[in-house]
Amino acid sequence: MTVLELLLLAAGGAAGLSLLARREGRLGQVGTPLLFGALVLAAWQIACVEFEIPRVLLPAPSAVAAAIVRSLPILAADFMQTVAHAVLIGWLLGSGAGLLAAVALDRSAFLRRGVLPLGSLVSAMPIVGIAPIMVMWFGFDWQSKAAVIVVMTFFPMLVNATAGLEATGTMERDLMHSYGAGYWQTLLKLRLPYALPFVFNALKLNSTLALIGGIVAEFFGTPIVGMGFRISTEVARMNLDVVWAEITMAAVVGSASFAALALVERAVTFWHPSFRA
Amino acid sequence: MTRWGRAVLPLAVVLVVVIAVWYAGAAWLNFDVTANLAEDDATTWEILQGTMSQDRPLLPAPHQLVAELFSSVFEHPIDSPKSLIYHASVTAFAAFLGFLIALALGIGLAIGIVHVRTLDRSLMLWIIASQTIPVLAIAPMVVVVLGNIGFTGLLPKSLIAGYLSFFPIVTGMVKGLRSPDPMQRDLMRTYSASGLHLFTMLRWPASMSFLLPSLKVAATLALVGAIVAELPTGAQAGLGARLLSGSYYGQTLQIWAALFMASFLALLAIGVVDLFRLVLIRRRGGRL
Repeated sequence: MTVLELLLLAAGGAAGLSLLARREGRLGQVGTPLLFGALVLAAWQIACVEFEIPRVLLPAPSAVAAAIVRSLPILAADFMQTVAHAVLIGWLLGSGAGLLAAVALDRSAFLRRGVLPLGSLVSAMPIVGIAPIMVMWFGFDWQSKAAVIVVMTFFPMLVNATAGLEATGTMERDLMHSYGAGYWQTLLKLRLPYALPFVFNALKLNSTLALIGGIVAEFFGTPIVGMGFRISTEVARMNLDVVWAEITMAAVVGSASFAALALVERAVTFWHPSFRA
Repeated sequence: MTRWGRAVLPLAVVLVVVIAVWYAGAAWLNFDVTANLAEDDATTWEILQGTMSQDRPLLPAPHQLVAELFSSVFEHPIDSPKSLIYHASVTAFAAFLGFLIALALGIGLAIGIVHVRTLDRSLMLWIIASQTIPVLAIAPMVVVVLGNIGFTGLLPKSLIAGYLSFFPIVTGMVKGLRSPDPMQRDLMRTYSASGLHLFTMLRWPASMSFLLPSLKVAATLALVGAIVAELPTGAQAGLGARLLSGSYYGQTLQIWAALFMASFLALLAIGVVDLFRLVLIRRRGGRL
């Protein structure tokens, strides 16, 4: 009976998806992934209820939704601890420091050749591993998580912003020179605006990195609040619906900050060819 | 200056500066603890010397770290739990297995996405969106749930490593398989190439220059995934287990050694991808 139900859902869904995917325009582009998401949710729900999958293995979407509503205050507290403090502050400090370092390094080709290889090296390392060291240095609270995030986000910004500062051509620089513009005027009015698309690239990349860093660093020790803390303790207590609620929140925060940054980028770099098409 | 000197000299200077700052930091951070432990009539100079050889320093001096790495790598048999090589191999094997799973599934799905419009429209948005989501957050849940139904050790770690490295491989591969422009595809058609030929002689070779950078990202992600997957169960072996037990018992040298080993593994993985790239370039007569 239920197998039949699921098979019907799969067959109907596949037919609907392929019909929708052939449509041009908005409907096909946005409708198809939405329908696919809805189908996955429906299959998940039906399977959980009908096969009586234990709650400690996989809670149904309805149970997760109920957990979200039920534990709104907890979610809000975790959000304040992890996102509003550790992630936001760490992201701002790390990206800001990376940008400043890029401007400073910009004046010396020698230093750049020394630091940049080191930067891409560090970017490839599993930096979240420094979390226990940062806990030792900055304590259990959000400061140590922010420190991890600063280290994680510094180098991507440094590497990207340096590439951005080098993006101006000789023609633009010569024009500024012929206007009698000095180093700072050229930097502020030509080279930094030109570097903005690169900077936003790093900011978007860093927003995901910061969220990962904030959550994973909490696995190593934290006061009794925070998204990573909640995930690790509720997993141990088999409250998987709360864990899924936290994961849902992490997903929403991640994609929302990415989308917000993309909107700001559009507003700030409206002159860039990629937005004028 | 030679090209070699242009590249190496700046790097050497920066490295020397980093090590000097590191020593200064070690002296500064460890000073208080050392002063408390030292005898009352110890001079500042004696305390400064002491900061370089603490058992549990806040920041170990570089030579301490080198000594710790050396002893944990060379002075224990490879199969003993005191050997860092043993822990590194446990983590590296899980990461590698996950990477292989991700490679097979990722390339397979990318081929499907490029050829089947329904798959493309249904999945691509979710795959791209998933890159803005901290997927690593599900690691503890996957480990514990799989543990409940009897899977422990290698499998959960490899699954998480594979899950993380799956997404960059799919996006890179889809981009790569789509990279041949219409003119090249038309040329293939004038040769009356079949669909299979179009794939094996145009799309597949063209995709490699997109796949390789994705592989670097995927390899480091697989490593991070394997390390983080060792945290929630308090695994006995692996670099993540070393990090965790080091932080429980305040064994800073152990934490730093595990971190350096993890970074070394990441560099090794990237080196292997680079080597693969060189081999590929040579086989293709000088370009990718």
